[in-house]
Amino acid sequence: MCAPVIPRSLAKNTRGLRSQLKDSVPVTGMGPQVGAYGVQDTLRSGFSSVKNELLPSHALELSEKNFQLNQDKMNFSNLRNIQGLHAPLKLQMEYRAARQIQRLPFLQSSHLALDTLKGNDESISFEDILNDPAQSEMMGEPHIMVEYKLGMM
Amino acid sequence: MALSNVVETPASGFNFENVSRNVALEGLLEGGHTKAPKPMKTGTTIAGVVCKDGVVLGADTRATSGEVVADKMCAKIHYISPNMYCCGAGTAADTEKTTDLLSSNLTIFSMNSGRNPRVVMAVNILQDMLFRYRGQIGASLILGGVDCTGNHLYTVGPYGSIDKVPYLAMGSGDLAALGILEDRFKPNMELEEAKELVRDAIHSGIMSDLGSGNNIDICVITKQGVDYIRPYQESEYKDKRQRRYKYRPGTTSILTEKIVPLELEVVQETVQRMDTA
Repeated sequence: MCAPVIPRSLAKNTRGLRSQLKDSVPVTGMGPQVGAYGVQDTLRSGFSSVKNELLPSHALELSEKNFQLNQDKMNFSNLRNIQGLHAPLKLQMEYRAARQIQRLPFLQSSHLALDTLKGNDESISFEDILNDPAQSEMMGEPHIMVEYKLGMM
Repeated sequence: MALSNVVETPASGFNFENVSRNVALEGLLEGGHTKAPKPMKTGTTIAGVVCKDGVVLGADTRATSGEVVADKMCAKIHYISPNMYCCGAGTAADTEKTTDLLSSNLTIFSMNSGRNPRVVMAVNILQDMLFRYRGQIGASLILGGVDCTGNHLYTVGPYGSIDKVPYLAMGSGDLAALGILEDRFKPNMELEEAKELVRDAIHSGIMSDLGSGNNIDICVITKQGVDYIRPYQESEYKDKRQRRYKYRPGTTSILTEKIVPLELEVVQETVQRMDTA
């Protein structure tokens, strides 16, 4: 993210502000749902609010969204330091292969191979109990889901 | 009906969609006077002591919801595995769910590996889980157990901090209970002495703290097995309400008895073979 442009007239009192803003970590993942022309798709996602896009509404929202990714990154970098570059590369290749054998997006796939690789078949956590996708109350329109997955939307 | 704004299946796990709605609602309802209902806390006294033959855990049985006693016979000592039990203080639902998850994970592990889980493994699983949720899960736990390496007593805080200690008290009545424990604890105590010490500690917590009360439960874990005494001591302010209104057989006396045999004759008999292989 580039540093913000502060008008000259206000620059007297905002010299400190610029350095503070430069040090802040850009927040990703809360961005708007981009539609076809790069702006908020109001028809699908409703009205947008700047606050909702920038700030997470709950303390855990961001950390939970990226938790699995961060764990994987940490584990892979540990593995690379211990065993060398080949170890995470081979594992990631297997993950990629297992991720490809899923059903179409609007159908439930069992993720059996992926779960076994990641070790999720030997543990129970809140992901297995709460909000089971097989019991979700909202059903998506099949054509739109497939188009979204193929990047045509 | 298929919705056209759902483009991918919702992720499993915690869902934060309603958080901003709840924050907005809190302010709107009757100009901020009405508040959301308070979750049931256990407002507790729990204590644990390591003795010569094993570990003794104790807890009171009151669960409060705000200023009302919600449950007079709450079970605060949860089963984790055949050799480990866990006392929970804090939000009642959080402690129950966390200990249930822990117990399920350890059962899967012991089935996979064929061994009894060690106490350190349970503590590490708890610590990872509670730290991941940054204290939003309000569960302070005392985990005690006996495994191949000895008798252990650990405390796990809601933010994921752990401590390994020979005697311990947690909950809102912990200061009173800790006073008794600090005064009379000796290393390598006998089992009966340890039970009396834990009972006295919980009793002082009940007397001095509003959030603890009613009966005392004791759980003794040794190498031979577990003795879960519920209740160990009942409060003298128990009310005489009957909890079950089912009458035992023999309450109504039988005056006369007359037996009339029903005569049946066999008209037709068919045999169907069942294939039980």
